[in-house]
Amino acid sequence: MKRTLLVVSLAMALVACQPKESTTTTASPVGPLTINGAGATFPNPIYSKWFDEYQKTHPNVRINYQSIGSGGGIKQLTAQTVFFGASDGPMTDAQLAAAPGPVLHFPTVLGGVVPVYNVEGVTAPLRFNGALLANIYLGKVTKWSDPAIAQLNPGVKLPATDIAVVHRSDGSGTTYIFCDFLSKLSPDFKQKVGVSTSVNWPVGVGAKGNEGVSGLVRQTPGAIGYVELIYALQNKIAYGTVQNKSGKFVTASLESVTAAAAGVTMPDDFRVSITNPDAADAYPIASFTWMLLYQHPSDHARSAAMVDFLKWALNDGQKFAPALGYAPLPQPVVAKEMQALAKIQ
Amino acid sequence: MRRSSDDRKFRLGTGAFAAVVLLIVVGIGFELTRQSMLSITKFGLKFWTTSTWDPVSGDFGALPFIWGTLYSAILALLLATPIALGIAIFISELSPRMLRQPLAYLTDLLAAIPSIVYGLWGVFVMVPFVRKLEVATPDALKQFPLFKGPPLGVGMLAAALILAVMVIPFSSSVAREILKNVPSTQREAAYALGATRWEAIKVAIGFGKSGIIGAVMLGFGRALGETIAVTMVIGNSPQVTASLFKPQYTMAAVIANEFTEAADELYLHALIEIGLLLFIITVGVNMISRLLIWSMKRRVVAPIVVPVIEEATA
Repeated sequence: MKRTLLVVSLAMALVACQPKESTTTTASPVGPLTINGAGATFPNPIYSKWFDEYQKTHPNVRINYQSIGSGGGIKQLTAQTVFFGASDGPMTDAQLAAAPGPVLHFPTVLGGVVPVYNVEGVTAPLRFNGALLANIYLGKVTKWSDPAIAQLNPGVKLPATDIAVVHRSDGSGTTYIFCDFLSKLSPDFKQKVGVSTSVNWPVGVGAKGNEGVSGLVRQTPGAIGYVELIYALQNKIAYGTVQNKSGKFVTASLESVTAAAAGVTMPDDFRVSITNPDAADAYPIASFTWMLLYQHPSDHARSAAMVDFLKWALNDGQKFAPALGYAPLPQPVVAKEMQALAKIQ
Repeated sequence: MRRSSDDRKFRLGTGAFAAVVLLIVVGIGFELTRQSMLSITKFGLKFWTTSTWDPVSGDFGALPFIWGTLYSAILALLLATPIALGIAIFISELSPRMLRQPLAYLTDLLAAIPSIVYGLWGVFVMVPFVRKLEVATPDALKQFPLFKGPPLGVGMLAAALILAVMVIPFSSSVAREILKNVPSTQREAAYALGATRWEAIKVAIGFGKSGIIGAVMLGFGRALGETIAVTMVIGNSPQVTASLFKPQYTMAAVIANEFTEAADELYLHALIEIGLLLFIITVGVNMISRLLIWSMKRRVVAPIVVPVIEEATA
């Protein structure tokens, strides 16, 4: 009997959680308007914070977000099982063509990717550049004492240990950004590996998640890996500096990541890669993360609520970003997005 | 009259439930095939035999994953089977009565530990230990293909070890029950003929041989499908190599790793086809073990197994 009750209540709970996208009515006077979204895991902490804060001032709107991964977010948006999607990489032309209507991209915050390593006797941050990182991840530079590393790090005593390359094993926006940067700096890397959330790495071991990569790097003498800046900051992991386009070795920070976005000429569809930007103080391995919305949604009530939320998130919401480790958007990008939001009908 | 109609209803009802099992198996096979059609038509049988796994260019071959899955499971089986049988024989035949229940309980408890816990233990305790072992391997040994490779800690050896630890409780629990159910008349007959204890145990093992093989195959099945603990320690690098030190990859691990971010249709279909291959291999392994048991039963005219009641109540 008890079990039956449990089953019944579970079933009711499930029904209550069902997405209600099909009911295209305006907000009912009783319950709040529910908007469902799905996508990237990277921005999940800031999105959760935003939805929470937004609901405090707008009790009639409830936004649910499932961090199932960028690929899943795009898929569900295309299938229209969610109202909005989110992705760490912009949708490809083929993906846009497969969607039932025009999809708009809205950058929300920025993230960076940093190289982490475990080299005996090295305490000061090591310097890297794109070509060197590419050659390490291609398996061409195999020892820490390699002249290519020594040349960038004069005065640093480098041991002759083998480099143990660690990369992500799970599909990830972090891998996408890292490969995007390496592909721009190394034609060889672009041709042999390319850019995607999962790639065919010629060398190294794969570890799951930022915690897997940093854990393995910490354990393994001579290891190098790459993790999200936010993860390195929160766990106080030391990381190397990377040379930007103007030749400066820049330490990744929220400011230097925001600077990367500031110097970029923004296309009208916001689908832009900001790795290796021109700005003098920019950290070169940075990227936007995007929210994805249909330009002509059939559900006007939800659409209006979502546009209102985004306007809030792009302005008032940005102040929550640094505390959670995300770099806020530069002002010109926000201004351009506010114009684009008007296109949603 | 009434009774026979009840019987029929009962038979039909339970038959329907049994049919559900068949339906589920066929349904899984059908759905996996349907959802991987793009990859099946594009790569055909080449999918089984090529080694490239390149999501960027859309070129997929599953050989390294098939290799890694079978290799790690077989290694785990080689490591686990003697230990599991040893545990089972000790508990059912040799251990003092007082220890019997606690030991059986503890092995069953090991089987209930979630695999993520094994994985964490693997990453933080076992992998550093394996790395030390690999560093300490003499250079003369490293000339053999089996021990070639960098001392990373993560790799095939770590995966086989963790799988072995996870498989032991399964195989030993089942083997223990089989030995427990060998009629005491078998042992008594052996003793009556002047057998030593060891010889009597051999008779009991021979009697339960088919069941024990079943226990081992159950462990093999578990090793084939194990996902999270393996992906945490195997190094996730698709390559076909006999080396124990090199990182490799398994079928279940690549699905778990790449499924969430696979947005491209062909990529998704290729991942699902890996699931289909895993399904086919698992079914195949099960069928082979059934055949093995069946052929063994046919050779030995097995007496009817009578559960020993006094043992069960003790």
